[in-house]
Amino acid sequence: MTPQFEIMMLAAVVAVACSLCGVFLVLRKVSLMSDAISHAILLGIVLAFFVVKDFASPLLIIGAALTGILTVTLTELIIGTGKLKADASMGLVFPALFSLGVILINLFASKIHLDTDAVLLGEIAFAPFHRMTLFGADVGPVGVWLMGAILLADIIFIALFYKELKLATFDAGLAAALGFSPAVIHYLLMALVSITAVGAFDAVGSILVVALMIAPPATAYLLTQKLGRMIAVSACLGILAAVTGYALAHAFDASIAGSMAMMAGFFFLLALLFAPQKGLLSQLLQHRTNKLNFALEMLMVHLLTHEGKDEEAVENTLRNAQQHMEWSIFFAKKVVEASAARELLLKKGKLLLLTPKGRELARQSLVRT
Amino acid sequence: MFLGLFSFDYTLQIVLAGSALIGFVAGSLGCFAVLRRQSLLGDAISHAALPGVALAFLITQTKSPLSLLLGALIAGWIGTLLVMLITKTTRLKEDAALGIILSVFFGFGIFLLTIIQKLPTAKKAGLDTFLFGNASTLLEADVYTMLAFGFIALLCLSLFWKEFKIISFDLGFAKSLGFPVKLLEVFLVTLLVVAIAIGLQTVGVVLMSALVIGPAVSARQWTDHLGKMVLLAGSIGSISGILGVLSSSAIPGLPTGPAIVVIMGFFVAASLVFSPHRGLLKDWMQARTNKKKIRIASVLLTLLRLSESHKNPFYPHTLASLRAVDATGVEKSLEQLSELHFVEQQGDLWNLTELGLKEARLLEQEWGAVE
Repeated sequence: MTPQFEIMMLAAVVAVACSLCGVFLVLRKVSLMSDAISHAILLGIVLAFFVVKDFASPLLIIGAALTGILTVTLTELIIGTGKLKADASMGLVFPALFSLGVILINLFASKIHLDTDAVLLGEIAFAPFHRMTLFGADVGPVGVWLMGAILLADIIFIALFYKELKLATFDAGLAAALGFSPAVIHYLLMALVSITAVGAFDAVGSILVVALMIAPPATAYLLTQKLGRMIAVSACLGILAAVTGYALAHAFDASIAGSMAMMAGFFFLLALLFAPQKGLLSQLLQHRTNKLNFALEMLMVHLLTHEGKDEEAVENTLRNAQQHMEWSIFFAKKVVEASAARELLLKKGKLLLLTPKGRELARQSLVRT
Repeated sequence: MFLGLFSFDYTLQIVLAGSALIGFVAGSLGCFAVLRRQSLLGDAISHAALPGVALAFLITQTKSPLSLLLGALIAGWIGTLLVMLITKTTRLKEDAALGIILSVFFGFGIFLLTIIQKLPTAKKAGLDTFLFGNASTLLEADVYTMLAFGFIALLCLSLFWKEFKIISFDLGFAKSLGFPVKLLEVFLVTLLVVAIAIGLQTVGVVLMSALVIGPAVSARQWTDHLGKMVLLAGSIGSISGILGVLSSSAIPGLPTGPAIVVIMGFFVAASLVFSPHRGLLKDWMQARTNKKKIRIASVLLTLLRLSESHKNPFYPHTLASLRAVDATGVEKSLEQLSELHFVEQQGDLWNLTELGLKEARLLEQEWGAVE
């Protein structure tokens, strides 16, 4: 395996692990917990490092993950006092813990093999240098194995508790009534997010974990309505962001983590603009179609009201309809053309005459209202 | 003493003036963000500003404070508008929109910074400080630019005080009075973007949002009056800024941003615990007093009810029979009641006094109404 391939593989594993947790964060409307946790674990990592002196130790991962859960608990405790709203409470707890972590790193820089650049950028480019040996044989970078194990844990957790997660996410009340404590599920999920964030921290740094956790699931949320599909699409988008991000970083000789976040954001932007039903473009088109259809019906009703009456020659003309409905002349012409094209009316000089089909539409629309 | 030590250092005076201003502007505008429950928007804005700073440097190839500040302003503003667009047009909620903008813009910023680092011109040294902040890199020109923008933001705040107040507390009422609510909201957020942008070089994009939220939250604990809250938050922000800069210049290797945030953390914690009206300590003492009152009242009522079954209001009862009704703290309550002369002790027996009977009857009426 070439180092490039190893880096790309690690990037993909990190991205998939993050997006799996992220799906439930987005759906449960607690996306920013990933932000809080990914910042707070820095303090946990530094403190745990003082104890175990080894960045790849499972003890460090568990210790740091505990800080993540502590942050969630602390935030919720503060919210519980009623003094602070949820947003302010979260916005204060994690910067404070993160600041302590950064200060410790700076003050004990000589003792910790960790600098603030690594905190923000991650060290994925150096991953191939840390090899894992098994029975004397080189089996690849430590990072890939570590993150692979975390990914496996994510998959097992989600597979085992799929039903419970789904229920607690979409109907917390029902879940509680059936005896599944939403609080327990919430904390289990936060534990999972914390462990994944600690694993991913090494590769992409504190802040870009958030991009990998939130952007792919949010993109998938715009593309599908089904939970199973949303998970699959998020995972694929994660891999896509990892691979294209790596290519982008390679082309510009820039930060890999930054490029991955950019690509994840780029795919989100594409979905935001062009998603089949939820995208801005299709919303715009839908709006225009609805507007035209409504205008068509209004015109038919107008024509039916005055049909066969004395004033018909005056009322049932393009100009009069346009003035009554307060349409622009362009829009009025468009409506008349569209009606003629759909065989709802016939033009006879200036007079607009309903066809049987147009009369039918007008009657239906009157009954409906 | 600390200040006296540095008082002749002109550069430090300039830097201190700058950080005091940053703290004041961030703290005062932060009040509106906190009251409008938009605290985390500040986090998104500050992260989103990073690519703006980097792009401004790439385009102008200089570190002129004005162009970097404008870059930060524009990028932060675009980030904010995108958050609004996403929450308005899709079914994604604000949390996801903030998370995406914050992290993707920041990723873009990091991407650009790593490119800048490899440029042959390599004037990058100043840009790294935008991550965690470094007050010691502030130049006179930086501070003057910050001062100018800060004063404009504060001036706008005072000119539109009434409007901002009404949209923060009663949006519906503001609409019914015919205020252009949407426009005012965007204007207020724009001022917040200014407040954040001027602080980036000193505090850093990662932690600037804490300087927006912290002073406001602390000030809220001490007053219910918006004007006082804004002034107090501004002052707390200023003091945190000054103390943070002093400690980071006194301790080598201590970055300014985290130092400011930790100092501000003490203000927040102290305000949460010790505020006389809304503090946790006061709540806790209040709860204790209430508990004691209820316990005593409950024993008094038990005595009354037991006596009524004996047709004699002053009938004495054993401690055991009282304990059977009120499980905890009966002896202590009886002692406190006898100090008030509501009960009398005869050997092992307790009975109501004339005064206690009157009090118990009153209590029964009150509590009966509640029940």
